[in-house]
Amino acid sequence: MFPSVVPSVSLNSYLILSAILFTIGVTGVLIKRNPIIIFMCVELMLNAVNLTLVAFSRYQSTVDQTTGLPPAHAINGQMMVIFVMAVAAAEVSVGLGILVSIFRNRTSINVDEIDLMKG
Amino acid sequence: MTLLFALLATIAVVCGILMVVQENPVRSALFLVLVMFSLALLYLTLNAAFIAAVQVVVYAGAIMVLFIFVIMLLNLGTPEAMPNKLKPQTLLGIFAGLILVGVLVSMLAGAHSKDSADLSTTAPLTRGFVGASEIGMTLFDPSKPWLFPFEVVSILLLVAAVGAVMLAKKRI
Repeated sequence: MFPSVVPSVSLNSYLILSAILFTIGVTGVLIKRNPIIIFMCVELMLNAVNLTLVAFSRYQSTVDQTTGLPPAHAINGQMMVIFVMAVAAAEVSVGLGILVSIFRNRTSINVDEIDLMKG
Repeated sequence: MTLLFALLATIAVVCGILMVVQENPVRSALFLVLVMFSLALLYLTLNAAFIAAVQVVVYAGAIMVLFIFVIMLLNLGTPEAMPNKLKPQTLLGIFAGLILVGVLVSMLAGAHSKDSADLSTTAPLTRGFVGASEIGMTLFDPSKPWLFPFEVVSILLLVAAVGAVMLAKKRI
């Protein structure tokens, strides 16, 4: 087992970094017109959420008094990260498949020119 | 440790902004790889060794290869000459983003956890790195709630693989 590293960085720093990354992703989704870059921004948002989950699982505030070990549920945040990654992989594969399918039928895939459902 | 966090956080934020600013999707993808790597190192500072490894393998490896592959397949490497209909939305989007980050950061700056310990001074747990064995023991333990979601995710991945093949077929 590796020696444990005790960070002096507070939980709040990780949460604020995560909020900034999430906002960059939201802004990218709002302002970009290339759907591939929009997908990348969605990935960035998912990664920001993963960072909060890992940070919270690291900074569980209660430690078992008798053993001095972290509680057994402290690993749950990392388990959720595994599932978020699996869902993100599925989402990207289907989304890029849709993009390829759109590109076969139209010459451009820019989101401001895909307006068939506008009515 | 604080210096390492500051360095990694700066790399992540700067590369994230550069990713959004770039017009060329290939460059965006490369900046996203840098963000993924700095996030993997941040996971290491949080003692999540397995998550860091999976982050590099899955995100910086598999998903980014998929992105680059589709960019090449659709021949999107060159910036477009078409007029941008989203120009008025750009300023509005940046404004909305600034409001969102302001709200989130101001909320976090005044946040307190349930037992009234300030989040900014919460002490981290001291323990070793969480490796593959801990993750695996928790994931496949029938007394823990993760076994059923694991099976559901396997079906989800199967559906996604079949769906991607269906969508990318010649005739749809």
